[in-house]
Amino acid sequence: MDATRIIVAAAIVLASANVAHAADAPPGAASCSGCHAASASVQTPVPPLNGRPAADTVSQMAEFKSGARKGTIMDRIAKGFTEDETRAIAAWYEQQK
Amino acid sequence: MRTNRRQFLKAASAAALLPMPAIAQGAGQKVVVIGGGFAGASAARFIKKGNPQIDVTLVEASPTFTACPFSNLVIGGLRDLRAQQFGYDKIRAAGVTVVIQPATGVDAQAKSITLANGTKLSYDRMVMAPGIDLRWDGLPGYTEQAAEIMPHAWKAGEQTLLLRNQLESMADGGTVVISAPANPFRCPPGPYERASLIAHYLKTKKPKSKVIILDAKDAFSKQRAFQQAWQQLYPDHLEWVSLSKGGKVNSVDASTKTLKTDFSDVKADVANIVPPQRAAAIAQTAGVADRTGWCPIDPVTLESKLVPNIHVVGDAGIMGAMPKSAFSANSQAKVCAAAVTALLAGRTPLEPRLINTCYSVVAPDYGITVAGVYRPKDGVLADVEGAGGVSPLDAPRENRALEAEFADGWFKTITGEVFG
Repeated sequence: MDATRIIVAAAIVLASANVAHAADAPPGAASCSGCHAASASVQTPVPPLNGRPAADTVSQMAEFKSGARKGTIMDRIAKGFTEDETRAIAAWYEQQK
Repeated sequence: MRTNRRQFLKAASAAALLPMPAIAQGAGQKVVVIGGGFAGASAARFIKKGNPQIDVTLVEASPTFTACPFSNLVIGGLRDLRAQQFGYDKIRAAGVTVVIQPATGVDAQAKSITLANGTKLSYDRMVMAPGIDLRWDGLPGYTEQAAEIMPHAWKAGEQTLLLRNQLESMADGGTVVISAPANPFRCPPGPYERASLIAHYLKTKKPKSKVIILDAKDAFSKQRAFQQAWQQLYPDHLEWVSLSKGGKVNSVDASTKTLKTDFSDVKADVANIVPPQRAAAIAQTAGVADRTGWCPIDPVTLESKLVPNIHVVGDAGIMGAMPKSAFSANSQAKVCAAAVTALLAGRTPLEPRLINTCYSVVAPDYGITVAGVYRPKDGVLADVEGAGGVSPLDAPRENRALEAEFADGWFKTITGEVFG
């Protein structure tokens, strides 16, 4: 077996073993489902995040943060996340079913 | 790319050091969660979801959970208590072993828990989510017997109904008195939401009556938003007496329903005593509570700072800037679940971000919120500056109506995630 391939494979396994799993929710993401229901069967006026295009979530958060979009509560929460953090959360939710 | 023999061996030996193939990771590892409220039930569920190989047991004393959030609506006559109650069937269906037994002992050295029926459960990591105990030594005259006459209704269930029934039986023209404790305590806006919904009931059904809050504090959660609402909705039905105005209750006399402050004896027709609190007894037994009565934790893993391999989530913990709320408990539990699964797999947990959102319903069409975003800083969970805060005073009235609607959505969402 080719040594290079073994090194690469070992490095990938090691990286995933030591740091976070790729599937792990990025910091902050787990809290969102307290209001944004993960299950479609919940009757709530709060929109779901699962499967939502990341670009859409990112732009909504930016508008809440800047005040361009008025919210009841998301304007206050959006201010707690950097652009990078928001992007990671949005990308993760896009992948959720 | 060419590799030499040394590089090859280095990589191969690194691979050999891996604990287990990923597919079997967690097999045989045990997590026991004590407490089936918002914190514990969330933790159990999300640990199982995070790694189905882990053997997760949830230990809870009661077969039915009665939620505290929204229980003030029951007290105000706007909601049935049954809408507050949830079972554990869906949690069982998610692969968690649910044991309905009180936990009575913890041997942290042996990593073992004893239940009331004598069963012993061993764990690799434990999550402690026992909630609060009322301190029966915290307010002279306020005993468990006194609570049958002057209910606390701070653990939802029979006590909630007792307070509701007393309000229904009270003649018009009566005085309802609520005693609010000093910080910290479960649900900081709770006494003020409760006063609001009792005022709503009195205004609509017994308009000659009044509710008075005697407070051991000079400031409280969402204070200005509450006071604005009270001025608009209940100017004749609700009075708040602060600490500096003599509001601190020093003792109570259940036989006469009297609350004694430095300045006066206040006679109530209905008295609701919210007594001082601490982490539930099992936290003291396990040694995870400090002399404050609450449990200090590491803000990244939520592991106890006092006892290794025991994590603490929810109201029992010292959570820095995070209030003792159901949303906080659920948020902490999910962070804790990720940390527990990571640690059991030999991985380093990510530095978390947490959110809290607390809805208070002041009237059926009038809601207010406080929100916060938190991160580990200097060993505690600290506010992310510039974020969070209370519903603005100058927000349009329709926002208050929207927040009442969102409050309802929040309750359905969080109970759906935890128990549904």
